Amino acid sequence: MTVTATKRFTAAADLQRERQVLRQRFRPAAKRIRICIGTGCAAKGSRKLYELFCQAVKETDAGVEAVSCVGCHGFCQRGPIVVVQPGDVFYQRVEEPDVAEVFRETVVGGRVVERLLYQDAATGVKAKTAADIPFYKAQQRIVLAQNGVIDPTSIDDYIAIDGYSALAKALTTMTPEQVLEEVERSGLRGRGGGGFPTGRKWRSCREAHGEPKYVICNGDEGDPGAFMDRSVMEGNPHAVLEGMILGAYAIGSSQGYIYVRNEYPLAVEHLRGAIKQAREAGLLGEDILGSGFSFDVRINRGGGAFVCGESTALMASLEGRPGEPRAKYVHTVEHGLWDKPTNLNNVETWANVPTIINRGGAWLASIGTEKSKGTKVFSLVGKITNTGLVEVPMGITLREIIEKIGGGVKDGKAFKAVQTGGPSGGCIPAQYLDTPVDFDQLTHLGSMMGSGGMIVMDEDTCMVNVARYFLNFLREESCGKCTPCREGLAQMLHILDHITHGEGKPGDVECLHRVAEVLEGTALCALGKTAANPVLSTIRYFRDEYDAHILEKRCPAKECRGLFRYKIDEKACKACGLCRKHCPVKAITGEKKVPHVIDQAKCTLCGTCFEKCPFSAILKV
Amino acid sequence: MAKKRATLTAEEQQIEEIVTRYGGEVGMLIPMMQDLQAECGYLPADQLRRLAERMELPLTRLYAVATFYSSFRMTPKGRHEVTLCVGTVCYLKGAGAISEAIMKEYKVDAGGTTPDGLFSFQAVNCVGACALAPVMIIDGKYHDGVTVSSAMDLVRGLPAEGEAAERKAKA
Repeated sequence: MTVTATKRFTAAADLQRERQVLRQRFRPAAKRIRICIGTGCAAKGSRKLYELFCQAVKETDAGVEAVSCVGCHGFCQRGPIVVVQPGDVFYQRVEEPDVAEVFRETVVGGRVVERLLYQDAATGVKAKTAADIPFYKAQQRIVLAQNGVIDPTSIDDYIAIDGYSALAKALTTMTPEQVLEEVERSGLRGRGGGGFPTGRKWRSCREAHGEPKYVICNGDEGDPGAFMDRSVMEGNPHAVLEGMILGAYAIGSSQGYIYVRNEYPLAVEHLRGAIKQAREAGLLGEDILGSGFSFDVRINRGGGAFVCGESTALMASLEGRPGEPRAKYVHTVEHGLWDKPTNLNNVETWANVPTIINRGGAWLASIGTEKSKGTKVFSLVGKITNTGLVEVPMGITLREIIEKIGGGVKDGKAFKAVQTGGPSGGCIPAQYLDTPVDFDQLTHLGSMMGSGGMIVMDEDTCMVNVARYFLNFLREESCGKCTPCREGLAQMLHILDHITHGEGKPGDVECLHRVAEVLEGTALCALGKTAANPVLSTIRYFRDEYDAHILEKRCPAKECRGLFRYKIDEKACKACGLCRKHCPVKAITGEKKVPHVIDQAKCTLCGTCFEKCPFSAILKV
Repeated sequence: MAKKRATLTAEEQQIEEIVTRYGGEVGMLIPMMQDLQAECGYLPADQLRRLAERMELPLTRLYAVATFYSSFRMTPKGRHEVTLCVGTVCYLKGAGAISEAIMKEYKVDAGGTTPDGLFSFQAVNCVGACALAPVMIIDGKYHDGVTVSSAMDLVRGLPAEGEAAERKAKA
């Protein structure tokens, strides 16, 4: 990692001068090796690759400008990812033994190592750079633009790519009111899920009575299946900081907080580093860039409670209390943290701000749909060919995201639904795939934008079980403060448990509906109010699956244990005896060279044989 | 305070240091408790009591926080940490069955520690590595695409006490 003694800038001109020097580093002809160290690539050993490349550079004088660790490229499926400049050659699934070859051929020799390039499964065409890969082609990256380009632990890298230029511009040429107007003009809406207009929120906070005012960055990305905020915090922490400083300037705040989820240690590490560097550089703290404006930021780690993603619960947590939400009629922009005016935005929202100031609100407003402007980052995951982070303009259709960028459902299976909006969102079936994605359209379909999780489900996914999974999640995460949420979720889960165990009764679905209505109308916070969404949306679009479970005691997706049976395919069975050996209840019989048979009376449906069979000869029927 | 410090016990000293680190701010109670847990491996009841006294807060307040947030534990952790992601994607790809298998074979609940203290088992909601699902993290090392059998092999292969210390020293 780059350890540089950053200069302290006392005026915007200083920063600009330094930027000219630092830019040299990013001239396209410079030799650079970039290794992704986002959580996905790091889990596959990319840190070791970094060490090996560093060693190679030390041993051979190849004129390499830098070997840098960079943040998530988004294409986690293909990690570890290594990009070599000049030429931005994009290598995927790089392993330790490949380092020597990449170094010798590409870094020293300027030749491409074909076998490490991404190959399109459909066309067989190899892609030399990220721009040639279909996964990236349909994307439009604003928030993620510098992810994978800069070293997130180096403020110099950030400055070199115009970092903190928006701050310099605002502090020297704009009044707080003008900054606010620019954000209002952009039409930016909160990326955390609510979709509330950011500018309007800022204005309410700015105009609220009471001092001091606080700004908070919500990095408590709790939705399972969503990791865009993690990647932004890990891959470009200074952008989040710069956004916050700009927001503080517009609102008139002197203290900010970043609340980061406990499960994201790397994000905390990078943000801590960024704060320290920004302070040393005079970009954070007292008298920023000599403008007289002061603002500082502190990091708090979450304690592992999903409900803390809710703004009032998060503020309770920042006050050192259990994260219990409170009624929303008291607005946090007037009475938030410590009862002071508080403006809370999500990581992605903050990260949009520097670009808005630099390029103008009108520019952002030119992207997207009428009421949803700009881009949105989604984490496209589940049963999909290309898993990863995608940033797309609002208004793109679900089909484009899933088929064009995601490469369709994995292993040629049939698409069943896409779940958006996290646990409180809903499942959208195939007939609505041509819906343009924006805040209002998704809500209209009974789901929501949420923070941007997009989980693809195929024919093997039981929608009743999915609803049960989310409900179980929410029941565990319900803080228990209000009765409808605490008791309602438990009751709904009880009913769903019965259904998935084949004990459902006619009338159960109607009962679920009634409880859902109570929750929606009476729960205290957004968690409870929307908690029934996964159940309601699956009933709306997949009522037949509920009926199959309840009336026929059958799970059409063959996922709910007990609602389908195992059978051995005589033609595929090679009589290897593995299933017989592993069956815990000795329900499988068969001689050598004779296809085996499962005694259905003895079988406990544990699934061990299905798991163990090397020939896929165990069928679910 | 300076006069008092000379006579502080090691336990009191620890609390004093933690509280000072955050300037004694009530709002930083959770970070204080996180530090205490990082240093002790869990939240010892006696230390919580000392922290409550030092912060002049009722013990119930600390207990409420400790039991509300899932990352806090009130019992010592095992020699190893096995964390299984049961976020949506991992669940869709079979993490539920893995979790059941571990709990059954080792008689351990999610959030608990095996009776022999071999490992603490956590089932967490999404570690944000969905591209690698299902993910299991053993002592900080990520294992991607695990199945029931490969996960069980990993858990069964956890080194005994001596090896564990060695591995830790190496890390």
